Amino acid sequence: MTIYYTSEHEWISVEGDVGTVGITAFAAGKLGDVVFIELPDAGKKVKKEGDMAVVESVKAASDVYAPVSGDILEANAAIVDDPAKVNADPEGEGWFVKLKLANAGELSGLMDKTAYEAFCATQ
Amino acid sequence: MTEPSKPLLKTPLHALHVKLGARMVEFGGYDMPIQYPEGIMAEHNWTRQHAGLFDVSHMGPSFLSLPQLGGGEEAHRKVAAIVEKLVPSDIARLAPGKVQLTVLLNEDGGIVDDLMVGRPPHDDQQGGLYIVVNAGTKDNDFALIQKTAGSDAELYRADDRALIALQGPEAEAVIAGILPDAVPLTFMQFRQIKDTPFGNVIATRCGYTGEDGFEILVPAEHAEAFAKKLLSDARVKPIGLGARDSLRLEGGMCLYGHDIDATKTPVSASLAWMISKGRRDRGDFPGAQRIMSELKNGVPSKRVGIKPLGRAPAREGTEVHSVDGQVIGVVTSGGFGPTVNGPVAQGYVDTSYAKVGTPVKLIVRGKELDAEIASMPFVPAKYKR
Repeated sequence: MTIYYTSEHEWISVEGDVGTVGITAFAAGKLGDVVFIELPDAGKKVKKEGDMAVVESVKAASDVYAPVSGDILEANAAIVDDPAKVNADPEGEGWFVKLKLANAGELSGLMDKTAYEAFCATQ
Repeated sequence: MTEPSKPLLKTPLHALHVKLGARMVEFGGYDMPIQYPEGIMAEHNWTRQHAGLFDVSHMGPSFLSLPQLGGGEEAHRKVAAIVEKLVPSDIARLAPGKVQLTVLLNEDGGIVDDLMVGRPPHDDQQGGLYIVVNAGTKDNDFALIQKTAGSDAELYRADDRALIALQGPEAEAVIAGILPDAVPLTFMQFRQIKDTPFGNVIATRCGYTGEDGFEILVPAEHAEAFAKKLLSDARVKPIGLGARDSLRLEGGMCLYGHDIDATKTPVSASLAWMISKGRRDRGDFPGAQRIMSELKNGVPSKRVGIKPLGRAPAREGTEVHSVDGQVIGVVTSGGFGPTVNGPVAQGYVDTSYAKVGTPVKLIVRGKELDAEIASMPFVPAKYKR
């Protein structure tokens, strides 16, 4: 299992051709208390860097982009029911979707943990 | 509101906000705390349950004074007449020691700003008014008021003070130990309190949260000591502009530049209660012809509360549709109400859809969301009457 990060503060953890996607702890901290989440339905196709989900805090709505292209396999209903899970455990229980990767080659443009942490330090 | 190149202004509490770990943002030309480390939700709930401290020094407190104070009723009527040239409320008949929320109007009856006007309690202060306007509009407002006053009165900008609000059910108990003379005030009363450990202050029983509370004007040099004294009480926490906005939205109050602006009149903004009977009878305020006609014949659209029925917030700019798909209005403020535990909004809709309970649709990210016209406030006010 390898975890990759985007410059839009999504993470994707990959096992075989299935990726689990969420927003990073850094993003969750910046957003503040999450109060509403809109997730794509299973079966939906998403494109790398295209709109995938919406997360709303008290103050504002933010788009969440797909880190890679693929087909949505499952959306995490638990965070829709209890959006606070995203703040409590953004890189664990607060995952957004599982997707089937269309092209594993797209992962090579993403950051690893060290690179992402360095990137956050510049934000 | 501010050019990127223009340095942001700082309130006397700026260093304290930074020390408290606030996240700072630009608001009204000032570098202000949007939230502290606990976050908007916790700050909002704390204010509803205990007491929240808000730095509102970015706003525009001021004093309009005749050359000579004192002179009782006659002096008050004279200074009131100046302000009444700009507002539709009865300032002449304001009781001593009372503040009133009103609006500055342009010649077309459009709202230039909302503001507080206070009449001092004591005889020897008559001929003076305490006026507090909004941050982003204050330069224009002050110029307008001074121009209207001409040489009859002078407007003094209280830029050398900090304005600190303490809001919430425990605000009175906290203030009792620090400024006991403020406790007897009831909602929308104010008074000067001299020779406190924080200099001469003005305390007003008012706020922007729907909770009981006070706004206290203190000399800048005492501001940090005063704020620290309040914060040393375990019932008080610092609250940023984020929670200030969610609190006022639940309270059904207007934010200038969003819910009201120069394209709105007091009638369309559902603020006709500000237009006192005497002023209606005389028709002597700016834009009176239009506003009197609107009072008589109604307005095409008006400000209402809007309750999204699902969980998704509807933000400013969201289109409002009728159930049969016609565009009937727009959301002017919207977000999540932590006390309501759901989304809340206000906006303008065609008057024929403005009745409380009317079902409407909100167009959020291309989808129609169910909502209904709701009465405001969304959270009952708890003022000390």
